[in-house]
Amino acid sequence: MTATGEATRLARGVLAGETLAIARMISQVERGTADGTADLAEIYRAGGRARVIGVTGPAGAGKSTLVAVLAAELRRRGLTIGIVAVDPTSPYSGGSVLGDRIRMQALWDDPGVFIRSMATRHALGGLARATGDAVAVLDAAGKDVVIIETVGVGQDEVEIARTAHTIVVVSAPGLGDDIQALKAGLLEIADVHVVNKADREGADRTIAELRAVQALAARTGWQTPVLATCAESGDGVPAVADAVDAHHRWLLEGGELEDRERAIAAYRLKTLLTALVHERVDRPTPGSAFAAAVDALYRRTLDPWSAALALLDEAGGPTKGTA
Amino acid sequence: MTPAEKAAAPVRVLMAKVGLDGHDRGVKVVARALRDAGMEVIYTGLHRTPEQVVGSALQEDVDVIGVSLLSGAHMTLLPRLLELLREQGIGDKILIAGGVMPDEDAAALKQMGVAEIFGQDTPPADIVAAVHRMVGEQRAAVGTG
Repeated sequence: MTATGEATRLARGVLAGETLAIARMISQVERGTADGTADLAEIYRAGGRARVIGVTGPAGAGKSTLVAVLAAELRRRGLTIGIVAVDPTSPYSGGSVLGDRIRMQALWDDPGVFIRSMATRHALGGLARATGDAVAVLDAAGKDVVIIETVGVGQDEVEIARTAHTIVVVSAPGLGDDIQALKAGLLEIADVHVVNKADREGADRTIAELRAVQALAARTGWQTPVLATCAESGDGVPAVADAVDAHHRWLLEGGELEDRERAIAAYRLKTLLTALVHERVDRPTPGSAFAAAVDALYRRTLDPWSAALALLDEAGGPTKGTA
Repeated sequence: MTPAEKAAAPVRVLMAKVGLDGHDRGVKVVARALRDAGMEVIYTGLHRTPEQVVGSALQEDVDVIGVSLLSGAHMTLLPRLLELLREQGIGDKILIAGGVMPDEDAAALKQMGVAEIFGQDTPPADIVAAVHRMVGEQRAAVGTG
């Protein structure tokens, strides 16, 4: 592969924090190209310094607007920011209109903020397949904070909890039964609750309900705050930044950060490995061990369980309990 | 990246309105047509400066920048966009424009490096086809170069 020269050049640019290199490498990791993989290998070790904040919540709660004002507040505190804003891909056309950036225009003229819009490209779970890789690029490029904005989520899209250090769940009054949805899935992953559009009718009730549910939740040492904001005007945003900072300090001082980072690493490895296995078995190369095993099954010289376990052993050593 | 890998990636397009021009119906219709054709469209809204458009295009690493202009300021704003794109090292991005422009202006702008100019009466399907063709040609050129 003649890719190495290009990979090294791009990787150097990313490590130097160059905008063009960051942008191009994110495109490569999104496409999952060989160059992208080589680039990631170059920069991965340089990462691990950025604080990763996930912002999630139902559609219409004001996630993008909150991300914009939170980023501006963190900028005032002297931090550089990378933002990955995820929007859904149309299941019909495969296209998408990525509209998060438009809510962040106050940040556009600030060279300390890098914003990237990303389509899910059919991935489920609220993030794109390449979101974690894009975070790795921004991290290696020296951004102090990386903020991930998920698609508008329901109950089950909690993948963000396995991708970020601190999770901000944004809700708003008047979104119907969203508190019910929050109770089921999103509530458990929130490190900071934000009730946005707090100037609207019903905000007090939403806040009270969240606090009541929060009081019941058995959590480990960290008391998830429920904060009211009006992201449009900026009211309450410094308190959100304070809470995010406090959570990060708690992660550091309580030793929880290592647990979270190990969980994030395990999740990334698991999802990547699963994806690669899917890819290989969906399109097996002729003559591969998989193709040979299929043949053996067909001839009934081997049974499915023995064949599958043998393939796994070959790929990653014997599994526990079968050795 | 191999030519096959590059050709398979969805086309990314940044759509913008620059300058003092509040008419965004056309740009939204085109954005939607591009989306429905499987492209990823980043819409950046009204009253953008050329600097903001180019800064966004840089970070988003789009293939195409589509600018809608109905204000009559195309002979100042489009050359400025081309200049900024080159300054930022992304002169290879395809800049297209749509709106009301006299033929002689359109010819001059294409001479300067605007890839295509679409009039108000251009059917969205024609714009989709043109974008596909231009991006396809550029990706093929990069892939073999």
